Amino acid sequence: MKHIKSLNVKLLQNTMTKGGCGECQTSCQSACKTSCTVANQFCESIK
Amino acid sequence: MIHKYNMNGYNIVLDINSGAVHVVDDAVYSILDYYENFSKDDIFKKLKDKFNKNTLEEAFSEIESLKNDKLLFSEDIYEPLIDQVKNRNPIVKALCLHVAHDCNLKCGYCFAQEGEYHGRRSLMSFEVGKKAIDFLIKSSKARKNLEIDFFGGEPLMNFDVVKQIVEYAKSIEKEKNKNFRFTITTNGMLLNEKILNFINENMHNVVLSLDGRKEVNDKMRPDMGGNGSYDKIVPRFLKTAQSRNQKNYYVRGTFTGYNKDFSEDVIHMAELGFKQISVEPVVCEPEKEYSIKKEDLPQLFEEYEKLAKKMLEMKKENKEFNFFHFMIDLTGGPCVSKRLVGCGSGTEYLAVTPTGELYPCHQFVGMEDFKLGDVDNGIVKPEIREKFENLNIYTKPACKKCWAKFYCSGGCCANSYNMNGNFLEPYEIGCELQKKRIECAIMLKVAQMDES
Repeated sequence: MKHIKSLNVKLLQNTMTKGGCGECQTSCQSACKTSCTVANQFCESIK
Repeated sequence: MIHKYNMNGYNIVLDINSGAVHVVDDAVYSILDYYENFSKDDIFKKLKDKFNKNTLEEAFSEIESLKNDKLLFSEDIYEPLIDQVKNRNPIVKALCLHVAHDCNLKCGYCFAQEGEYHGRRSLMSFEVGKKAIDFLIKSSKARKNLEIDFFGGEPLMNFDVVKQIVEYAKSIEKEKNKNFRFTITTNGMLLNEKILNFINENMHNVVLSLDGRKEVNDKMRPDMGGNGSYDKIVPRFLKTAQSRNQKNYYVRGTFTGYNKDFSEDVIHMAELGFKQISVEPVVCEPEKEYSIKKEDLPQLFEEYEKLAKKMLEMKKENKEFNFFHFMIDLTGGPCVSKRLVGCGSGTEYLAVTPTGELYPCHQFVGMEDFKLGDVDNGIVKPEIREKFENLNIYTKPACKKCWAKFYCSGGCCANSYNMNGNFLEPYEIGCELQKKRIECAIMLKVAQMDES
């Protein structure tokens, strides 16, 4: 494309069927403790 | 839903429901202002003085193409998932063990009242810690990866028990088919070589509390005699960072109304030699002198942008470091089920007091109304857990219409409760800062792509 560059084409929709195993880290355990940051976490099943 | 913004010279467009991120030129950026509410002809009429017809045609067709591929204006199809997530058997997979309700610092902003958490000074016994591990193993059912955070107060004031709990958990993890990951959060005042060796051998992560510049740190983090902690802890923390090969640790600070120029504190820590840095805004009653106020937001936004740009500069000079709140995984990251419900407090994540009482998270400890049970009897008040189970981005009206909902997952419910008296209304200042951090984080990814 000439006018648009996409950084990622991996859709969130695609995680609906496979996701939800719950093996991932609880967000507050890393370095928040007073906020909630989820999007920076890793998925245990695809690492 | 889309969200678009310009930062550091980039026009950035986020498609909220797919998670797609696009960098666009001015023509696309301008068309998107009108795309949802006007016809193509009307849009072209509005923009005819800015762009030629051919450019507009091309840009418009690229927008349409992304829309067809569900990468722009994609639908929110996740609400029905909520029932599935809620219907899962409740499990607990992470515990925050308050091994010491006591502290050797007297931090001005401590939500734990110098470690006492609305109660008396006390230390967890090994017996309680062991029961907590047993409770976690039982309550985690088939879940393999379990987390234990040693928290306080200052957990190193009860180091022998920390050691015993780790040893106990490790002694049974294979047999129970579990994988324990330990984290310890410390102010460093008691950190010595022996303890560091134990931490390095056993802890998956270590969080080292430091606010930044000496004067900033020492103003809010003095010891009981009023002396600053900086000089004592910085050399120990540097040693810790190096001994862990600059991985799996964070120096973690809090910024307040006293250091609204907090980017200087982050940079200071980077210049000291730390590579993993986390600095968060203080959350406290608005009447406190050091609180973050709404009118501070423009300055704080600027600080975040300044920090992001400085990080790009430092990267070019091979002085790269990681800022926890600018980390974002655009290529994978958590699945949508996780993003709908957030941190799991009160459900998957609980806090345990020194005497073995269970609370929804470390921030609720000591609030009697939220006592869920204890390590002997497990959860005896499921009605409290239910309140937390019902929290998700669709039950919070402000979140439902917010572009950042899949990044922050509805925010910290302790903050909502403490600031607004309920779980469904997020803490507005926290949200505004969170959104700015997400914008900066994505801009950094865009810059990275641009450079490569």
